[in-house]
Order: sequence, then C-alpha cells, then structure tokens
Amino acid sequence: AAALSGKASKLSTDATPNTFEEISNYNNYIEFGNDKTTPATNAQRLKTEGWTVAIDGLVDHPGTYSVDQIAPENALEQRIYRLRCVEAWSMVVPWIGVPLGPVLGKAGPQSAAKFVAFESAWRPDEMTATPGLYQFPYREGLRLDEAMNPLTLLATGLYDKPMPKQNGAPIRLIVPWKYGFKSIKSIVRITLTDKQPVGTWQAMQPSEYGFYANVNPAVDHPRWSQATERVIGAGLFAGRKDTLPFNGYGDEVASLYTGQDLAKDY
Amino acid sequence: MTRWLNTQARRVPEWAVWLGGALPLGLLIFDTLRQRLGVDPVAAIEHRLGRTAIYFLIASLAVTPLLRLAKVNLVPLRRALGLLAFGYVVLHITAWVVIDMGLRWEQLLRDIVKRPYLLFGAGAALILLALALTSSAAAIRRMGGSAWKRLHRLVYVAAVLTSLHWLSVGKVWHPEAKFWGFVVLVLLGVRLLPRGFGSRRGGNKSVAIQ
Repeated sequence: AAALSGKASKLSTDATPNTFEEISNYNNYIEFGNDKTTPATNAQRLKTEGWTVAIDGLVDHPGTYSVDQIAPENALEQRIYRLRCVEAWSMVVPWIGVPLGPVLGKAGPQSAAKFVAFESAWRPDEMTATPGLYQFPYREGLRLDEAMNPLTLLATGLYDKPMPKQNGAPIRLIVPWKYGFKSIKSIVRITLTDKQPVGTWQAMQPSEYGFYANVNPAVDHPRWSQATERVIGAGLFAGRKDTLPFNGYGDEVASLYTGQDLAKDY
Repeated sequence: MTRWLNTQARRVPEWAVWLGGALPLGLLIFDTLRQRLGVDPVAAIEHRLGRTAIYFLIASLAVTPLLRLAKVNLVPLRRALGLLAFGYVVLHITAWVVIDMGLRWEQLLRDIVKRPYLLFGAGAALILLALALTSSAAAIRRMGGSAWKRLHRLVYVAAVLTSLHWLSVGKVWHPEAKFWGFVVLVLLGVRLLPRGFGSRRGGNKSVAIQ
C-alpha cells in the first residue's frame, strides 16, 4: 500500500516515539492470540480490502462508509500520542488519522444520543482467538462528549505507513487518556445510542474494567498497581516511570469529568 | 525395560542434573545478550525464569508417581530437581524486584499484601525456601525422618500456590497456565491412589501415599 502522511498537530506530545518495529511487534489483539507477539503473524490473515464502517443508531444520516470516505488523505493528521496499557506498560506512537468528532458530526447525532458504541470485526475464519475465552465481536464505548473531544482519533496509519494489521487495520479508535483496551481495533460499526454501552472487558470482569477506564495512578487495578508504568523500549534497567492522571492529558480532558468521583466511575 | 531405565537412572550423577538445570539459564543469558527477547525483554526474562521454576517443581513432583506407577526410580535426583526449582524462583523474584519493579520497594511491598497472585507467589516461595534450607542429609538427621517428611509435604501446597500464582497473574486464565495447573493436580491426585495401585502383586490397600 502507498505511504501515508499527515499534517503535524499541536496535540502531539514531544516525547520520542517508539520504533515501528516495537509498535508493530508488541500488540494486544486477542482475536489473533493471547500474547504480545503472535498477532504480528496471525493478523496478516485479516482481509482489509473493501472495508466498510456502518455508522448508525441515533443519527440523521445513517450509512455505510469506506475507510477513504471517513479518513480522506487530505484530512489526515499525525498525532504522536502516549499509549498506556491497563497492564502497566506504555509506549509513544505516531498515529495518522482523523479526529472522530467531525466524522460523527457529519452523520448528524440526534439530541437523544448520549453515547457511542463501537464494534470490531469478528471473522472466525480469518481470526485465531482461543475458543470460549472471550465474547466476540469485541465492543467498546464512549460518552458522546468523550467521543467529540479533539484528542479522540480514528487512526488509519502509523509512522508513514497504512495501519499494520496487528495494530488494528484498517481503521481503529485512539483515546489517549484511557487505558489501551478502550481504543478498539478494526472497527466495522459505530452506533450512536442513549444507553451506556458495555465493553468486552467490562462485561467479562466488571470489578476490574470499568466503562471509563481513564488512566489513573490513584485507582489500582485489583490485581496490580497503576501508580507506575514500564516504558517499552527503555532497556533492561530503566526501571519504572510514574503514571500521570489521564495519561498526562488532564489539561485537555479533566473538565469532562467535573463532579464525578473517578474512583467510583473507574 | 524398567530395569534398564533404572540402571540408566542410577548412572546419572547429581552434577549432570545440575548441569542440565543450568541450561535454561544459559539459554536465557544467551538470548538476552543477543537481544533475541523481543520488544519487552523485561517481561520475557521474568516470565521465562518463572516458567522454568514451575517445570522443575513439576519434575520433582513427578518422581514419586514415576516410582509408584512405572517403577522407575529417580528418587536420588529429586533433591537436585527441587533445588533447581527454588533457584529459578530466586532468579524470578530477583528479576521482578530489580528489572520489573525497578527497586521501587514501597510499591512492591504494598503490592504483595494487596494482590492475591503475589500472595500466592510469595507463599510458594517461602515454602520452597524452608524446603531448600532443610534439603541436606544433615538436616534430615537433625530433624528426624518423620518430621522432615511432614515439612517436605508442604511442597504440595507450594505447587498449588504456584499454579494459582500463574493462573491469576493475567487478564484471563492463560491456556498454558491452565494446562500446567492441571498437570499439578494430576500429580497430586496420583498420591491419593491406594498404595500398590498398578502393581501386579497388589498391596496394602489402606495406606495413602505421601
């Protein structure tokens, strides 16, 4: 596929990105295996040609769109974002994509729409998940104001390349102030709704994975601390780094949660 | 066949077990120096050491069933297998403390008391420490055979705790952890069979084996 380029963004971090090798060989993509390394091999079976995304639910103009229609080349931006996984490791990734807000805007959300539900592709004949371990398709959700925040991205590439399949080709969500599992991969459906959607991990372990899943060093995962993180690519003896509230994006998003108790709304 | 196996087993000197036991460590050091551990060498080192510890623990637990069911006697090698398991546990914990937690003692100690999987692991490690400290012939003499045997039966508890540690560390029950947990259960379950099970002569049916 052809190279991609995106306009630089003021929302990018100045942190040094991980290498393409690191980003494309350390993936949680449970449809393609349980560890970090198998998705790089297994995901190559995913057929992404002719991919479409349905945008439906409480919108004035429901429809099915190609990836090019959602993220045309002349609209692409480069967003260098920190990525913090709920497993307490982190990376920096130079994504290429378009903000989600205007995409939803074009579909015309109705006033009753309060949430956005996302659904991943589930193709048992192309995917290699362990049977019975998870409920597929993978689902995630955001509140509408979170989805409309300028940081929220639909990414179609990283560095100057189309999205590697193991990273969620051809189009995926990026919500940089939330744990990585919120940033759903290989999206086939975006549904505006008035009910709070239930994510795949939230459905499996509601005590461990909440709807919000904002990066928060003060609220531990029940089985490990979230106070610090291991920086992938930093070397054997780099130790750990303190985790920042909202993964360091507090200035941009803390106001979304005014009046909420984030220990309860985890 | 059994006699041949037993003759061969008698010929294996203890140092050969130690040498074989050092092999996984040697390979790990080699892979580390050659940078063949992938994007996250910290996790790779920590997890490989932990897995190796479990494999040796399981090997030591297989000695009695092998003797009882297949009449293959590896008992003289069991001490080395157990000590190797303990050695890899020490390396696994060292990797966790130094390269994973980066010597953040406060977070680390707070984690242990709060996290079940760390409590399971710490419990297993303490048991194996006690067993390693009393693994010498002198310790058996000092403690007396039956007291020593009672203490060393704690290895069953350590094996269960180790399995729980692995099962509960991830976001889901990892298939590999489930498989080895099942193997541990089978090896412990065999010990509940009446003594003499599988032997042609039959035997004392009332005494459960240790």
